[in-house]
Amino acid sequence: MDIAVKEGPESFSSLRNACKLCSPLGASVVFKGIEGCIPMIHGSQGCATYIRRYLISHYKEPVDIASSNFSEETTIFGGHKNFNNGLDNIIKQYHPGVIGISSACLSETIGEDINMLIKEYEASNKDTDLPVLIHASTPGYQGTHIDGFHDTVTASVAVLAEENQSGTHINIFPGFVSPEDIRHLKDILDSFGFDYVLFPDYSDSLDNPNWSEYHLIPPGGTPVADLRRTGSASASIEFGYVLNEGTTNSRIKKNKQSFTAAKWLEKNRNVSANRLGLPIGIRETDRFFELLKKLSGKETDRKYTMERGRLIDSYVDGHKYLFGKRAIVYGDEDLVIGTVLFLLEIGIEPVLIASGGVGESLKPILDRLTEGKTKDIPVMNNMDFESINEKSDALKPDILIGSSKGYYVARRLGIPIVRTGFPVHDRFGAQRLQHVGYKGTQQLFDRIVNALIEHKQEDSAVGYKYM
Amino acid sequence: MMSEFLTGREKQIVRSGTTSEAILCAKPSLAGSVSQRACVFCGSRVVLYPISDALHLIHGPIGCAVYTWDIRGALSSGPELHRNSFSTDLQEKDVVFGGEKKLYASLIELIDRYKPKAAFVYSTCLVGVIGDDLEAVCKKVGLEKSIPVIPVQAPGFNGTKKDGYKVACEALATLVGTSDREIPKFSINILGDFNIAGELWLLLDYYRRMGIHVNATITGDGRVDAIRNAHKASLNVVQCSGSMMYLAKLMQEKYGVPFMRVSYFGLEDMSEALYGVAKFFKDKDLMIKASEIVKEEFLRIMPVIKEYKEKLQGKKAAIYVGGSFKAISLIKALRLIGVQTVVVGSQTGTSEDYELIQQLCDEGTIIVDDSNPIELSTFVKEKKADIFIGGVKERPIAYKLGLGFCDHNHERKEALAGYEGMLNFAKEIYATAMSPVWQFTR
Repeated sequence: MDIAVKEGPESFSSLRNACKLCSPLGASVVFKGIEGCIPMIHGSQGCATYIRRYLISHYKEPVDIASSNFSEETTIFGGHKNFNNGLDNIIKQYHPGVIGISSACLSETIGEDINMLIKEYEASNKDTDLPVLIHASTPGYQGTHIDGFHDTVTASVAVLAEENQSGTHINIFPGFVSPEDIRHLKDILDSFGFDYVLFPDYSDSLDNPNWSEYHLIPPGGTPVADLRRTGSASASIEFGYVLNEGTTNSRIKKNKQSFTAAKWLEKNRNVSANRLGLPIGIRETDRFFELLKKLSGKETDRKYTMERGRLIDSYVDGHKYLFGKRAIVYGDEDLVIGTVLFLLEIGIEPVLIASGGVGESLKPILDRLTEGKTKDIPVMNNMDFESINEKSDALKPDILIGSSKGYYVARRLGIPIVRTGFPVHDRFGAQRLQHVGYKGTQQLFDRIVNALIEHKQEDSAVGYKYM
Repeated sequence: MMSEFLTGREKQIVRSGTTSEAILCAKPSLAGSVSQRACVFCGSRVVLYPISDALHLIHGPIGCAVYTWDIRGALSSGPELHRNSFSTDLQEKDVVFGGEKKLYASLIELIDRYKPKAAFVYSTCLVGVIGDDLEAVCKKVGLEKSIPVIPVQAPGFNGTKKDGYKVACEALATLVGTSDREIPKFSINILGDFNIAGELWLLLDYYRRMGIHVNATITGDGRVDAIRNAHKASLNVVQCSGSMMYLAKLMQEKYGVPFMRVSYFGLEDMSEALYGVAKFFKDKDLMIKASEIVKEEFLRIMPVIKEYKEKLQGKKAAIYVGGSFKAISLIKALRLIGVQTVVVGSQTGTSEDYELIQQLCDEGTIIVDDSNPIELSTFVKEKKADIFIGGVKERPIAYKLGLGFCDHNHERKEALAGYEGMLNFAKEIYATAMSPVWQFTR
């Protein structure tokens, strides 16, 4: 008997080629963005090794992540001994300024109290100069790498942010963007003359120059002293409409911070929070510059008004290649939102908007931000690549925009893919991909136009010399 | 920045010719070390992964499944079901209430959708702790769907990656012997080649030219039906012995199929393998054909190898790979092209292999078991290596220090086994050693 092929992700209990990663990965990226920090995952060896491999394939940099290396014995009797040995061994080998400890499925399920383990460790080593120990709770069965990322940003700030008299500096929490994006954001902030704390800053630590001596901990990262200063900033800026708030309601045990760092600082340190979308496209980037103007009392540097002008000029030059083209956009929720808002500016029609994010927030947020333009477009959380693959034929897309893991879908459809975000495992220069600001948008715009032009050129029998 | 090596690892590092003591290996990694190893689950997953007409369902949280999606370049000449990543994607509520129902539903829907010949169901750390009865669910679904549904009991914490190989072999053993088709005489099974970059197909060609019938390939380009009939072969030819020796031994005990260890890396070892198989069958004709192949391939390849050797003479290499048996072949293959091995190690080596490595290497060569980035970077600097041979996790260490690199792991896209593979290997070592970019780094 032939059983009918089921359609749609709703009918599948399993995930088929997931469009999300686990939360300790996000935590590890954040910890790489703290100066002098070595991440440790309190769990079995595989978690650390898999995440290292995944990050190395994207950043092409050494990524050391230690593991407390659970054994069967640890699992039965508790991870106390491994935890302490792990910290001892990391300190001995790496001399870190900070150890960023994330949990894993295993340690969370057997009920390890990592905060208590840290207190005990600190108490029994009170005569030594210990590194700062930061803990983020990141069970891999809860949320995604993005939740792990933002939870860890919040956890780091919550541990370190000092209550002090308010200064003139600002905080910026850009989210999971590329090293090149971070460098660009720093240039922009510098141009306004801000004193700022950007966190996490892995622009160097995950994209270092070549070395003559091996660095146990790659240089770069937000200094601990700066993290302490976040508590006395005059304002915070965070990018993202979903952040780690998408999953909060679905949690059974409400044992985790559901705050973003900026909201936490607003509530606990009286630092005003400013939430913006990722500055992709003219409108969202304008909003960012408007805020910077307001906070600094200064005008935008000519360099950036020129970048904006050139971007609009290229929108005009390229508009005919783009109008009415149909795109499938997928990936991390906030990057997806930024990308969709940008596509709507340039005349590309999103026909499927998908994220592996486990909340239900993508659709309502997009409908609100676009004033209903996405109302009739399928916008889906909890998606996997096989569901996208199965839906894609009927949608007749011209282009895919998202991480490199969608490549197999684009290949099957015979259409181009523009790789954005994380991971990009099959192309060179993922660290240097830009998404944000007028300049980042420009790069993204050029790549999208060129992908469509190239496809048209290669597809044509003529062999056009001018496109 | 100087760092101390970890206490408790001293016996896992030796220098050839300076000690008579054997290296310590097969130990769990130390807490807080940044071991290059993965876990038990990983060991079982990489071994079974290339079976291309089976469903591979990972019962656990999403990480275990997504980090192993299409992880090996193990090619298939037919179905490609293995290149997907299927997961029960356990959530908090499953941790609290148990995941058996979700596992059952997932298995049923996936088997209905993809019609696999068998299903491997991997447990993970989480499942090991919440206590789902994997075996009962597999049995139930197996009966309902009339295909083998095989539990792979691989919670990550249950030992090392190597223990995962054993778990995989146990899973394979449940398939072997469940079919009874006659096969030609001079039949062998190839164990422990994973058809990375199509390497298996090179080997099949050599054996075909010899007149040997290859029965089951386990697991490269593997098929469920062939594995079920694997016990009918006269000989198991085992490469990558770390992962497959256990199955070979099981098959010898249960079905009386003898086994032979071989390596297909490097000219010497490749030729040894062909001669060994011919010798086993005690057939003159096979031996003649084997020598013809060896002769033909040597004539074709040696002149090119000689050219590379002249150019590479005096270069120094560091090797850090998964298994120690492969390291032995690499030392020999490098020597053939004039490259001296100065550091050699593996994630999951055996004491026999390490002993052989100690004998094989020049005095002063550093031999290391279950190493980490700090040790490896220190060793390559100390020994002034020019080239590093390893996997994805070793590549950035090499590149950051200005060393050439050759990927000899899952992700390689060039075949490095067989005669053709030796040529590719020499070419890759040459390309990475001679690139002009190093003038800016060293």
